[in-house]
Amino acid sequence: MIKFQNVCKTYENGVEALKDVSFTIADGEFVFVVGPSGSGKSTLVKLLCAELKPTDGEVTVGEYDIGTMPRRHVPYLRREIGVVFQDFRLIADRTVYENVAFVMRAVGASTRSIRKRVPYVLELVGIDHKADRMPDELSGGEQQRVAVARALVNNPDFILADEPTGNLDPMRSLELMTLLSEINARGTTVVVVTHAHEIVNAFKKRVITLEDGVVVSDRRGGYFGPGRIRHEQE
Amino acid sequence: MNKNKSSVFSHLIYFIKEGFSGVFFHGFMSVAAITVIAACLLVTTTFLLVAYNIDMQIEDLQSSNEIVVYIDETLTREQAMALKSGITALDNVADAIFVTREEFFENFLDSLGEDTYVLDELREDNPMRDSFRVVMEDVALHAETLKALTELQGIADSNSDVELSERLVQLRSVVNTVSLTLLVLLGTVSLFVISNTVKLALHARAEEIGVMKMVGATNSFIRAPFVVEGIILGVAASVFVFAAQWLVYNYLGAQLSQGLPILTMVPFEEFRYRLAIILFAAGVVLGMSGSVLTIKRYMKV
Repeated sequence: MIKFQNVCKTYENGVEALKDVSFTIADGEFVFVVGPSGSGKSTLVKLLCAELKPTDGEVTVGEYDIGTMPRRHVPYLRREIGVVFQDFRLIADRTVYENVAFVMRAVGASTRSIRKRVPYVLELVGIDHKADRMPDELSGGEQQRVAVARALVNNPDFILADEPTGNLDPMRSLELMTLLSEINARGTTVVVVTHAHEIVNAFKKRVITLEDGVVVSDRRGGYFGPGRIRHEQE
Repeated sequence: MNKNKSSVFSHLIYFIKEGFSGVFFHGFMSVAAITVIAACLLVTTTFLLVAYNIDMQIEDLQSSNEIVVYIDETLTREQAMALKSGITALDNVADAIFVTREEFFENFLDSLGEDTYVLDELREDNPMRDSFRVVMEDVALHAETLKALTELQGIADSNSDVELSERLVQLRSVVNTVSLTLLVLLGTVSLFVISNTVKLALHARAEEIGVMKMVGATNSFIRAPFVVEGIILGVAASVFVFAAQWLVYNYLGAQLSQGLPILTMVPFEEFRYRLAIILFAAGVVLGMSGSVLTIKRYMKV
């Protein structure tokens, strides 16, 4: 479970990124977090990964309380969250297979379990035929699939995708979202932070809309942010 | 965490592999670092060995329980031999053995080995004096005993090892001071060089480190390859220095014993294991602390 309870985050330079944000994401849910840039989406992602601590309020991810957890527990929290980024963040001088195997090794998996698990995950995201390629030999959509495989490989409770379709064309974006919702169907909680309206509207999922650091809408369906409403009124 | 043995082992292999690949990846920097560290260790161990040799020389001198005193040549042989009772009456003297100048000369010729025929004509005009070999009871009272002996009537001189050993003690304290200063100075230089290399390594792999942090690798897991890299640099330098010392020391030893037969250097074989252990430890400690300090400073995990 992910829980934000009256969360405020004020940066040292005085910027109030989040103001009294509260919501709960249950296990197994698929949630979009949307909002224009500067609405506090990135801050929300950083709070989830314990890169930041809330100024006020409580952020809970699984069994971890982000505000009070000791630093040495942070790695273990991050093993619960598989993160997918807009810019993929694959290691350029390692093959697809190694990029995925590497994160298993990083959390202490044995060589035997790595050999078993990595091909399985690569197959799951449909990239197993390119396991020996280098990242720059792949298209954007393929690279993002590798990133998803990497996020999945340690079998996390949550997948957190931060603008995952930002560098993909509409067709690939749709494919990636389909992949993520398939992963969700297997029981993993998926949180997708995005501002891609079309995608959000195509999937009738729960949508949390942020604007100026405040939750302005939290309901199922499409992109209902007041930003868009204003836009349509103009 | 439930790590089984095989996973610990595969980690170790991973760290060592990554450490080595770091060393090779930064080929030029690594060579430069190893060279500088080796130079520092070489200078430091050279002083260490000099100090060690002086120590051994002092110990040698001080452990000899004999003093040779020379008798004034104006005394007749009978008068000279009569001094024995005066000598043995002194404190700390166990025995006094009279050595005639003829015996002394023969011994001297013997000690020079072959080719002493050039000195044959001196046999007729023996330049030596009669002497006593005085055996002491307590070596620690060397200086006092020597003083008492030289104050006796008829004793002209002694083989004043005490003076030599006192000089050596002075020399040792100078060498020790220099060694210590160099140790600190060059140790710092080595640390700096290792730190610099590891900093480069950190920089080159910032991307990887970022990914590792993101997926929940522990700090120690992320740091280990860099620490291994530092240790490899340190140990490589120490291996190099050991080999260099071996060659240079034996070469110098051979040269010195030809030029100055009085000065004998301790054979390398006698302390090579100790030196190897010291160098290895120095390499490990330098490498480890160099990289740990750098990681702490530049990698905010």
